[in-house]
This record gives sequence, structure tokens and C-alpha cells, in this order.
Amino acid sequence: MANRERRHTRHPGAAFVVHAEVMTADDVARAMTRMAHEIIERNHGIDDLVLVGLQTGGIELAEALGNRLAEITGLAPPVGSLDVAFYRDDLGLRPVLPEAVTTIPGDLTGKRVVLVDDVLFTGRTIRAALNALGDFGRAASIQLCVAVDRGHRELPLRPDYVGKNLPTARDEMVDVSLDGVQLGRMVPR
Amino acid sequence: MSADSLIGGNLLSIEDLSADGLAEVLEVAESFVEVNGRSVKKIPVLKGRVIASLFFEESTRTRLSFETAAKRLSADVLSLAVASSSVKKGESLKDTIETIEALGIDAVVLRHRSSGAAHQVSRWVKEAKVINAGDGTHEHPSQALIDLFTVRRAVAERRGVDSRGSGLALLAGARVLIIGDIVHSRVARSEMLAYAKAGAQVRVIGPGTLVPGNVEIYGAERAENLDVELAEADVVSLLRMQEERGSGRFVPSLHEFSTLYGIDERRARLIRDDAVITHPGPMVRGVEVSSLVADDPRMVVREQVTNGVPIRMAILFLALSTRGEMVNV
Repeated sequence: MANRERRHTRHPGAAFVVHAEVMTADDVARAMTRMAHEIIERNHGIDDLVLVGLQTGGIELAEALGNRLAEITGLAPPVGSLDVAFYRDDLGLRPVLPEAVTTIPGDLTGKRVVLVDDVLFTGRTIRAALNALGDFGRAASIQLCVAVDRGHRELPLRPDYVGKNLPTARDEMVDVSLDGVQLGRMVPR
Repeated sequence: MSADSLIGGNLLSIEDLSADGLAEVLEVAESFVEVNGRSVKKIPVLKGRVIASLFFEESTRTRLSFETAAKRLSADVLSLAVASSSVKKGESLKDTIETIEALGIDAVVLRHRSSGAAHQVSRWVKEAKVINAGDGTHEHPSQALIDLFTVRRAVAERRGVDSRGSGLALLAGARVLIIGDIVHSRVARSEMLAYAKAGAQVRVIGPGTLVPGNVEIYGAERAENLDVELAEADVVSLLRMQEERGSGRFVPSLHEFSTLYGIDERRARLIRDDAVITHPGPMVRGVEVSSLVADDPRMVVREQVTNGVPIRMAILFLALSTRGEMVNV
């Protein structure tokens, strides 16, 4: 809920109006469990695996995914967070989010990194994240896990694990949390 | 007029910023502390920007710290070595600034012996942002921000709380005691304003000739009894006697100053265990502080130097940012 509120307060003159409930909390939980199994299958276990949630929407998802992996394998993978604000190509177009924290657990050299975010849209956040991760060591591989892929990519990127493919219009907004996924629009107050 | 944000602005004086504006710098600096702890201490936010560092007065730590900060943000740094520049041939400050701006510089970090130099330069430049790195006996705003940041982090550590996101709450109500040559100290002027804006109670003490009569305009008040004040202070700020500005002429002797206002072992024992002692450096051991006290665990001089880089990164980052429209991502 905290993420949802914060994201909406970034639009001071507008309110988020929902027009479709896309996933319930149960749907999200099932998708997380499925993606956890896919991660284990693809990587033959979770050795050297590091989950990195993208600020701010990916954090609670990365933690939930880490818990799910721990339940399945009995081992808890390290979970970090990454704020890509300083790597974006649209700096100045977005407000600085000084409350966001970057905590990368150790050197990433040789690790299999799974980036976790709530929504994959233009791909520019992921590009910035890839640049940022390069400063923390040479990972063996970087994979991408998103709760929702809403299309409209502007860069040649694709996710490795997808909770739900959701066709959207560009001006729609997708809100993702562990409580569910909603599709809506920002409407001026 | 004081702004609630440094974004896109000049940093000429602490007076330019409101309490919210000060808190914003501290919060952004917290993000840069993390960057400075990485193995690759560089982020691309100011790539392609050019920052000129113009020091018309000697400085080691301020200059190194601003230039390090600029480089960690990936800006290009032009450093004007005044001793070997056209300034020595008689070029005026205005002409030097015009030359610099004609080269397409985005920001100027200026230190000058004349009070008000940074304000004057900000009226001459058209596009470039001006950062005051110390002007005469007027202000040294980045140092005051470093001191707020260092004290905030030290208090947070002692109380076992997170300094990030705490705004100015850990500074509000703190009793701050500034000791020494207030008249000639630009750090003292910036500190008085900054601590007062943060909601602290600021008191200053020193020889009568070295404490201005009007400290109220900076939000401070004069104190008389050093021993009593030391026992009550949460923050003790020591200042250097500024020999190059003639501080020594205002007291009978440095030895007398040291006896009456220097922090020796006896006075150090009066200071509370959980107090924070700051000094902007360079310290003159044996004058404002005895050599033993200079190594006291309550002294945060090292932290002040370390914090200089993230604070100056935050200042440059904010001054060179623009507040744009929110985009849908």
C-alpha cells in the first residue's frame, strides 16, 4: 500500500481512477510462485542468485519472491534494492526521489542477478538499471522479472519472467502491489 | 528570500535556503554517501556538464572536495590556477568570469577573499550557476551544510535511528555553542544561520573583540560563561583563529585566547559524553584546541571531511538539475 500511495502523491494535481481489476491478491501470489519455480528451473537452483528490486515498485515484489524461493528451496537468496534515478536518460523530467535506497549485497562479479520490477513499459528504467549494475561488478548473467509487461517498449529489451502480459494504452496507468493489479488513468482533480 | 529547493538555483548564502531547502540537500547527500561506498564511485548524472573551480584564495580541503564531488558526478572540471592565470596579469574578476562563461561553463565554484564576491558574480553570469565556496568573512554555506549533515548523522548513530529521511528533526532543539573568532569566520556566519533554520538554539562565545554585537540577525545569541555553556551544549563548534585576516590583533596574545577560550583537557571534561564537537579545519593544535582534545572521540573532524564530498555532490547535482514535468513510466 505504501508504494501505491507514494506513486500517487507524485501526481499532485491528479487522481488515479481505476477502470479494471486485472489481478487479485491471490492471482499475484500464484504468479509469484510460478515465477519462483521458473527462476529455479532456469538457473538449476539458486546458487549465486541475487535478487535486486528496483526502487520503488520492485522492492516488495523482490522480497516476496525471495521468501517464495526460500520456501521452495530452503535457502534464502540475498535481496538488494537499486535506485536508478542517477542513471536515467530523462533526468530533469522526473523528480528526484531521495528516500529511495540502493543496497547491493556485496560484489556482483560472478553472480546471477535477477532484476525485479513491478511494471515493464518503455524499458528505459531497465536500461538505466543495467548501466547501474555494471558499477557493482561483472555479473555472470542478468535476468529480468516483472509482475506486469504492459508493452510499448522503446528499447530492444524483453523480460525473462512475466507475471502477466497486459495490453494497455499509452496513457493508462498500471498499479501493482501484492494486493493486486489495477488498470486505470490519471484524472485531473 | 529563501527557496524551498536548491534545484536550478545558486548557492550563495545559507539565507537563500529555507529549512525545507536545507533538508533537501541533506537527504540527497545521503544517497551520495552510498555512491561513495561503492567500488566504482562514479555516477553519470552530470555527464557532459562543465564545472569551473575558481579559487582566488588558498584552500586544500574545500577545493579537493568540490572537485572530487564534480568528478564523481561525471562532470568535467576546469580548475583555474589563479597563480598562473591572467589574473596575475591584472585581469579583473568580471573579465575572468566573462571568459569562463564564453567557454560554455555550467557552474562556477568560487572562493574569493572579498565578501560578496559570489553574489557579484551571480549578477554577471547569464546561464551558469554560482556556488559560493567561501567569500571573505561573509559565508561558507557548503561547510555549514556539511556540519549539519555530520551532526545529524552523529546524533542518529548515538540514538540508534536512521538519519535518512529524518529531515531536520534530529537538529531541532539542539543546543549549539560556537566558540572563538566569530567576527572573521564565514563558517560561523553560515553555521549560525543554518543551525537556527534547523530549529537549534545557537549561542556564540569568544573574546569581546571577536564576537559581533549583532549575532541576533543570524538567529544566535551571545553567551558569557564558557564553562557553564560547555556543560549544556549538544554541539560544540570550534573555529580557527584566522591569522590571515588579522584575528591575532584583536586579542592580547594567542596564548591568552587559548587560556580563556581554547578547549583543553579540563574544559573537554565539562562537555557531555554524548555531545558532538565539530571543527571545520584546518585545526591549530595548541590554540583553539589542545592536542589531546583534538583526538577526542567526540570530535567529528574526520567525518566532516568525509561528508564534504556527498554534500558537495548534492549541491552541484541540485543546482544543475531542472524540475521538469512528471512523466508516466
